[in-house]
Amino acid sequence: MRALVVIERLADGVDELSLQALAFGRGLAGGPDVHALAVGEGGADLAPLLGAHGVSEVHVAEHEAFVSYAPPAVARAVVDLVERLSPGLVLAAGSDRGNEVLARAAAMVELPFAANCVDATTGDPLRVTRQRWGGSLLEEAELAGAPALLTVAPHVVAAAPVDGAEATVDTFTPTLSPDELAVRVVEHVRAEAAGVSLSDANVVVSGGRGTGSAEGFAVLEELAELLRGAVGCSRAVTMAGWRPHTDQVGQTGTKIAPDIYIACGISGATQHMAGCKGAKKILAINVDPEASIMASADYAVIGDLREVVPAVSAEIRKARGT
Amino acid sequence: MRVLVCVKRVPMTGGRIVLTEDAQEIDTAHLGFTISPHEECGIEEAARLIEAHGGESVVLTLGAAEAEEQLRDAMALGIDRALHLDSEGSEWDGQATAEAITNAIRAEEAASGTFDLVFFGNESADAGGFQVGIRVAHALGRPCVTGLKGIAVEGSGVRCEQEVPGGRDVYRIPFPAIVTVKEGLNLPHYPSVPAKLRAQRQPVDTATPARQEQRLRKLRLVVPESRGKRAEVLGEGPAAAERVVEVLREIGVA
Repeated sequence: MRALVVIERLADGVDELSLQALAFGRGLAGGPDVHALAVGEGGADLAPLLGAHGVSEVHVAEHEAFVSYAPPAVARAVVDLVERLSPGLVLAAGSDRGNEVLARAAAMVELPFAANCVDATTGDPLRVTRQRWGGSLLEEAELAGAPALLTVAPHVVAAAPVDGAEATVDTFTPTLSPDELAVRVVEHVRAEAAGVSLSDANVVVSGGRGTGSAEGFAVLEELAELLRGAVGCSRAVTMAGWRPHTDQVGQTGTKIAPDIYIACGISGATQHMAGCKGAKKILAINVDPEASIMASADYAVIGDLREVVPAVSAEIRKARGT
Repeated sequence: MRVLVCVKRVPMTGGRIVLTEDAQEIDTAHLGFTISPHEECGIEEAARLIEAHGGESVVLTLGAAEAEEQLRDAMALGIDRALHLDSEGSEWDGQATAEAITNAIRAEEAASGTFDLVFFGNESADAGGFQVGIRVAHALGRPCVTGLKGIAVEGSGVRCEQEVPGGRDVYRIPFPAIVTVKEGLNLPHYPSVPAKLRAQRQPVDTATPARQEQRLRKLRLVVPESRGKRAEVLGEGPAAAERVVEVLREIGVA
């Protein structure tokens, strides 16, 4: 079966999640007939890399619209290729942009779209297993019509290079209507750099309702600083106004993957666990040994975070002789 | 201006998801319900816009009869009136949902005028389809920006901000427009008691659209296997600190 995979580009290559989607698509296609769409100038430079990830042909959409991200224009390029190549499968990464572009393409061709799939089986109809509740629940479903449009949930398959030749390059200009050119990024506002970012931190020290107040985070900040980590929080904390939403770990907050997640006074609602399940290790500090989070934690300390966390900080200082 | 907010009633799942025997739904016998989190911010933003610019705000849901509770919650937060599309209990896929909402918007606009702005959540908390707002925008031929963390009215359109790695991307689109928003757009306030009482008397118009054929057809739900581990208890209270630091050192972070 022929697969078309929509690639998200970085300044110097291809986004890791797109390489994962390629590996997923190659497996599902069951053969070498894997095409990729790369939007914008310089897309042809990706031919060696994409070839090494199993792409036989890369289609480079060129248009002045693509100097900045223009989601309806990207979706139209997908639809143009669907009409020309008649793929059985159209895939993208289950990222913000991957989900957006495939939903737009699905609306244009009036087909169903399955977001964040973790597994799929070809057949008529195609069968998928997809994430609900940020991955806390799975749904098995059938997708009617062809091609099947789906995105691949992040980190369910690894990118897998193959002994592939360089992909051939086809350059084309999509036919864009004025409406499709109207929605585009017109400005980028740079974030002020502020310490270790939550999504990249090796250590995240996070607080829930058990912190009791905004001031209750002082002990967590102290520990995070000692460990060169970031401070996180649960949704209950954000809703109470104790911390900004940018600190929130969870299904509707930031999804993190630190070496260790230190969850203090956090009960472990599914909404929260959907954001921290990528952590390599979880240490729960909680007064309640029956808290839900214990089912997902590697280590636990039973006790009041207001006593335990300062004691841990003191112990680190003692060990360092500071 | 006229603003519409589309919301979804979802269960508050707590710590563990339990399914019904036929694995078609979450067993909600012991659960409360809420508005899907992204959409709570849509309600807050709509209420603030109308407060600042004048006009009317409307909330719409496609859901079971019980979803009236979430419509009243939205009105307690400042929305003027509600439209309830009764799904008669069953779950609808993204295409069927979008079609019903598109038709409802057309009917409502024919009667009361065009909505300058329609809010959706970027994705629902439960089904996570990432598509209903986009499909409605396409059907109505309106510009749509997704996943907003910032929005400001500028003349006869909106400036939209999306969080991306390293900062924010900005879009500008004219009215009438459709936006999908994410939690963090604002901090929703809690409703006052008088507002809650008033919401009980505010109007809810109900319609029962026909359910289209499901093209993303749910077969069954599966609770993923948990990590299947039992946490190693490092100790109780501050006395556990020494053992905690040993573990942090083993992991290589202390």
